[in-house]
Amino acid sequence: MKETNDTKAIAKTSGSKILRGNMRQYSMVMALVLLIVLFYFLTGGKLLKPLNITNLILQNGYILILAIGMLLVIITARIDLSVGSIVAFVGAIAAIMIVNMKIGVIPTILVCLVVGALIGAWQGFWTAYIKIPAFITTLSSMLIFRGLTIAVLDGRSIGPFPDSFRAISSSFVPDIVSEPIMLFGAQLNLTALIAGFLICLYIVFRDVNKRRAKSKYGFDTMAIWFFIIKQVIMCGATMAFFYLLAAYNGIPTLLIILIVLIVIYSFVTSKSVIGRRIYAVGGNESAARLSGINTKRLVFATNVNMGVLSAIAGIVFAARLNAGTPKAGTGFELDAIASCFIGGASVYGGTGTIMGAILGCFIMGVMNNGMSIIGVSIDYQQAIKGLVILLAVAVDMIAKDKEK
Amino acid sequence: MSEIILEMENITKHFPGVLALDNVNFSVKEGEIHALVGENGAGKSTLMRILSGVLPHGSYTGQIKFENKKYDIKSIKQSEEKGIAIIHQEFALSPYLSIAENIFLGNENSKAGIVNWEMTQNKAVELTKRVGLVEDVSVLIKDIGVGKRQLVEIAKALSKNVKLLILDEPTAALNEDDSENLLKLLLALKEKGLTSILISHKLGEVIEVADTVTILRDGQTIETIAKGDITEARIIKGMVGRELTDRFPKREHTIGDILFNVEDWNAYHPTHHDKKITDDVNINVRAGEVVGIAGLMGAGRTEFAMSVFGKSYGVNISGKAYMNGKQIDTGTVGKSIKNGLAYISEDRKGLGLILRSSVKDNITLPNLEKVSKAMVINENEEVIVADKAVEAFRIKCPTIEQETNDLSGGNQQKVVLAKWLFCESEVYIMDEPTRGIDVGAKHEVYTVVNNLAAEGKAIIFISSELPEILGVCDRIYVMSEGKIVGEMLSEEADQEKIMRLLV
Repeated sequence: MKETNDTKAIAKTSGSKILRGNMRQYSMVMALVLLIVLFYFLTGGKLLKPLNITNLILQNGYILILAIGMLLVIITARIDLSVGSIVAFVGAIAAIMIVNMKIGVIPTILVCLVVGALIGAWQGFWTAYIKIPAFITTLSSMLIFRGLTIAVLDGRSIGPFPDSFRAISSSFVPDIVSEPIMLFGAQLNLTALIAGFLICLYIVFRDVNKRRAKSKYGFDTMAIWFFIIKQVIMCGATMAFFYLLAAYNGIPTLLIILIVLIVIYSFVTSKSVIGRRIYAVGGNESAARLSGINTKRLVFATNVNMGVLSAIAGIVFAARLNAGTPKAGTGFELDAIASCFIGGASVYGGTGTIMGAILGCFIMGVMNNGMSIIGVSIDYQQAIKGLVILLAVAVDMIAKDKEK
Repeated sequence: MSEIILEMENITKHFPGVLALDNVNFSVKEGEIHALVGENGAGKSTLMRILSGVLPHGSYTGQIKFENKKYDIKSIKQSEEKGIAIIHQEFALSPYLSIAENIFLGNENSKAGIVNWEMTQNKAVELTKRVGLVEDVSVLIKDIGVGKRQLVEIAKALSKNVKLLILDEPTAALNEDDSENLLKLLLALKEKGLTSILISHKLGEVIEVADTVTILRDGQTIETIAKGDITEARIIKGMVGRELTDRFPKREHTIGDILFNVEDWNAYHPTHHDKKITDDVNINVRAGEVVGIAGLMGAGRTEFAMSVFGKSYGVNISGKAYMNGKQIDTGTVGKSIKNGLAYISEDRKGLGLILRSSVKDNITLPNLEKVSKAMVINENEEVIVADKAVEAFRIKCPTIEQETNDLSGGNQQKVVLAKWLFCESEVYIMDEPTRGIDVGAKHEVYTVVNNLAAEGKAIIFISSELPEILGVCDRIYVMSEGKIVGEMLSEEADQEKIMRLLV
């Protein structure tokens, strides 16, 4: 008798929980939408001007790249404080190689990526194999690479870069037609519109396929009307976004890099064996080890990965600044970490999604951008951002507590 | 001979779903060493937790009198003020503080919050002398061995002007010399008038030092024996005198050839490198056979199993493992799994499950490749596997996406079993697979064991519950202090025989 009561109790909590699991992702999207609406009115519509949308991407791209890597590190219940310094160090190397030594852009980028991987391996070695807490390893690297950056740059900025390098952060995908087309009285970039349309097609195609596979295996699928509404909303948002890009200069090259990274890492975390194992290590390292998972190698790998992504962010940021500078990337680690936590990752590891980290990153980005437009000074911006991080995580904790 | 110092009358204590103590009577005379014995789960610890105030007055029924006064204490602090101190199996010492600081931890020689270090030092020296500890009192706890730590614990108790000292398995972690010293110290302290209660599984030392022995079984006092009448046979009879019922499902067995064996297996403690935790173990298990390893807590069974499975515990591990007569490498967990081993941990929350992951994710974790193609998980395939397991094991969960954290102990254990069965191993080492789960779930675990044996798999079944070992296994090894001290077929075995080997 008691047993059945217990089972019922479990069934009840879990019913609401599963709903909440999906709600979580939706509620973050809602938070971002609300924030956009709020700043749309506060900025008198400037927030959603085509130019500003492109700026939002260019301003937050490097943080997003860092947040993706940071998420994997945080899922393993570790942290990386050094990414800001690595961004600066890699930017400095790029500047020295390209500007001072006149080495080509492609070889330089390859060297930068290898340097990032090596720095990641260095940190991974101490963290995974010597078992030094990640906080300490990366705090040390934060100082080491900031110091080395200043040393190799001799305390000065080195620039400017040739256009071919700057293009990473400032160019746009060329239009397939020579003249922008005129639509609804606006000049529009045809490539961006076509890209948006293709992505919509892909989304619908993918979801229909998934639905079909599910029914083939005999699983429940969501109600057809809900499915259609979801597709309409997703395609509508995608088209609106690409319309705004089309109304400015088209698709930024950086956006292509971001989309590729997001697709790869979403896939790895949600579908691959390695992704599942990373979650297992963060959830319970001992149990993961006793399930045959090489936990050390996996922690090492997440560190190397973080190093490479830091290098990519470093290249992107240097290209945007058009120089390698000693102060580059200061505080980036905190923005990346905050993105993950706002996006629902747990400090204790084992949870968090790429989609969440992206949403967290854009919540921060929209706030930065919106507050700058309406003229909130940097000091208050910092304070408000600090409060938002606390609130976001507090709401999550309280919701979890209530569940129990 | 002397006054009664402690009198516990009709103590009854319920835990949710369990009657831990059932009208227990227990009285201790002043100046004696009173041994309290019983199997794991007999109620010894619960009784001592009541006495030391961990379980406060009001949470149990019955009366306690200490020095002829009512003893209604609500906290450990109060029990210490009355002069009762308990030394737990796990030391309550702070490793990075010195011996002197630890002795007076929580009881500092201070005035207005300022510690008088000179007084601390002098008193500590005096106390260490009393317990025969030869060590500078400024040495850190982490730098001394377990034997000396045990003496620090006793010095700490003495510093509080203890009248009644409770020792819970004080020699479990000690080697023979240290144990002998400790027992001598107990006798010396008795000469000076200290009363003590000794909880021990080692009947040899009980007989050596105890003036009186009280036996508990299933939460009841069986008998209290005075010096002169204490014999090993009488104690064992009192401890195990329980009848076997048909709690164990019958099994049709066809036992085949030796499937897995371990030769000359040795391992040492991970931090105390000189302590052997597994001592020349040789065991084998045949296809379709269930082999038990009986032993008390701390006998080294888990340590042995984990040292074999991926060398997950201990250092300087040596020995050979064979599967089907061919030597296999068990150096990492991955290799062990590939070679057909599965280890189902006794610590299902700490080592068995990812509590924050779903039932589904836990089940497929050790063999993700089976539901993957080119390192990409086929989630639909995974759901089918998990659904099947939930049905086969009757895991009570609303969906396979349920976090395992929210399941009952029995259902968690079934998830762990499902996880390892999904690995399709040949040899299953099950470490206390029924600990802390109810009778119904136990029965289902036994059924799983039987089904595996019927399929020709081999099972090594570790348990502290002798009736369970006798009911489930075909053959039994008895382990004590890391050594195999006996082997018998279960039809030839009985609890008394095993118990005699254990103590």
